[in-house]
Amino acid sequence: MELAPTFLPSPARQSWRRWLSRGVTALMGLSALAVITPLFLVLYFLIREGASSLDWNFFTQLPKPAGEPGGGMANAIVGTLELLGMAASVGVPIGVMGGVYLAEYGSARANYWLRFAADVLNGVPSIVWGMVVYALLVVPFKTFSAYAGGVALGLMMIPLVMRTTEEVLVLVPQSYREAGLALGIARWKIITVIVIKTALKGIVTGVLIALARVAGETAPLLFTALGNNFWNHNLGEPIAALPLQIFAYAISPYDDWHRQAWAGALVLMLLILGCNVIVRFFSRERR
Amino acid sequence: MSNLVSPPTQPETAAAPAPPANHSKPAAADEGPAFDIRGFSLWYGARQALDGVTIRVPARRVTAIIGPSGCGKSTFLRALNRMHELTPGTRIAGSLLFFGEDLYAPAVDPVVVRRRVGMVFQKSNPFPTMSIEENVLVGLRLNGVRDRAFLQGRLEESLRMAALWEEVKDHLKRPGISLSGGQQQRLCIARALAVQPEVLLMDEPCSALDPLATAKIEELIQQLRERFTVVIVTHNMQQAARCSDRTAFFYLGKLVEFDDTRRVFTTPSNPQTEAYVSGRFG
Repeated sequence: MELAPTFLPSPARQSWRRWLSRGVTALMGLSALAVITPLFLVLYFLIREGASSLDWNFFTQLPKPAGEPGGGMANAIVGTLELLGMAASVGVPIGVMGGVYLAEYGSARANYWLRFAADVLNGVPSIVWGMVVYALLVVPFKTFSAYAGGVALGLMMIPLVMRTTEEVLVLVPQSYREAGLALGIARWKIITVIVIKTALKGIVTGVLIALARVAGETAPLLFTALGNNFWNHNLGEPIAALPLQIFAYAISPYDDWHRQAWAGALVLMLLILGCNVIVRFFSRERR
Repeated sequence: MSNLVSPPTQPETAAAPAPPANHSKPAAADEGPAFDIRGFSLWYGARQALDGVTIRVPARRVTAIIGPSGCGKSTFLRALNRMHELTPGTRIAGSLLFFGEDLYAPAVDPVVVRRRVGMVFQKSNPFPTMSIEENVLVGLRLNGVRDRAFLQGRLEESLRMAALWEEVKDHLKRPGISLSGGQQQRLCIARALAVQPEVLLMDEPCSALDPLATAKIEELIQQLRERFTVVIVTHNMQQAARCSDRTAFFYLGKLVEFDDTRRVFTTPSNPQTEAYVSGRFG
């Protein structure tokens, strides 16, 4: 009942262990701090530099010509939302169906190569996506267009959505599929009505994460959506987007435009932050 | 001639609600066995799980399947509605007739087979996104039944058969997974009964339940035998003795003995059976 003393480390050793333990814990705490510090630095600078230029005009006005004070980024904000809408209509159906194939239908061999391809695509530099879509949609139609921008962002979403969809579908217990099959329900109905519904929150989360990821992309839009200082009335023509507008203003020589670029960056950041907050909300409700 | 190859569902619309569709056949004593199985073997890849099983499972009776873990009893059960095919790489040999029809004929659609041969699993598995009501009716709804009054009738009927109606009738809209473990298992039974299968396969339905919930389900099995053929796999020999008419003892993938339950438990003809039922091994 009482531990033989030989099994106990010496007092000196015990004290060394305690100090070591404290030291390592502190080190890990500092690392954790290093993870979140940049987020706050980014927010801090964006707010310090950009908040003063955020006014009603910023959200409602078109950009003014150089030298003229005022103006806003209304067209870029709307443009970004339009581009995201188009990206989602390309990326979500294909990504989700691909994920369903991976989780429910694919053979082990096919899945291995599909996952490999998706993971490689996830790592393709975003400017390459821009060039591919430039070659596929811009050159043949002889014009930059909102469509091309939407497709470029949508293509980037596909592998992301596909892998997250697969992951959440695999988490749905096999017993639900068996229960459905034992009721004489056709397999596709089990997958659409029971499995996907059970995993829906996870899928929505994956879609929102993919949207947040592509919302801030600039490079794929340079060759596709191009940017526009006016309202876009035809998706077959160039369209403004927040990242493009920020880029154009940030490299300009005008102080006024620099301030607007900060404000644009703040808005973009808040948009993505908003996406992530919604993701939190969805993933918290899960069981 | 075959009922198994017909289109997936003939939604039993309101026209024929009262008597279960499967009772169109007279329940005569000479109805023949529900399953007439000869020399049936099954492999998972290279591993043989069933070896030349020959058995006639009687209709409208409760047949218990006992045997030590890994003896092939669950595999046998899953072969009765082709659920084992979910495992890739399975292979079968021998014949398995279901009311005279070859269950494994090339033209037979496993979806139709499973509508006629329902199954209840070891672990209760109500669909988590669905209410109690939706859980019971999902099999009918997804097979195209829309008639409100008919669905309502079937809901109550199924829950009553599963002895759950009184407990849940006032909160049918609550999630199925809000129920207790025993209630969830009875909900799963109600769900399986709602599509009115001819056979109900039960794979250790009580192994996760306390004695009270077990007693309820055993009582339920007694009532089901009037209308359904029940095949139940159990580890609990008292349960097999209590609620079955016939008992099959499996060992190492082979059917060792199949006889009236009373005889299997009192005067088995095979020494292995005797050793198992008397608790000397297994």
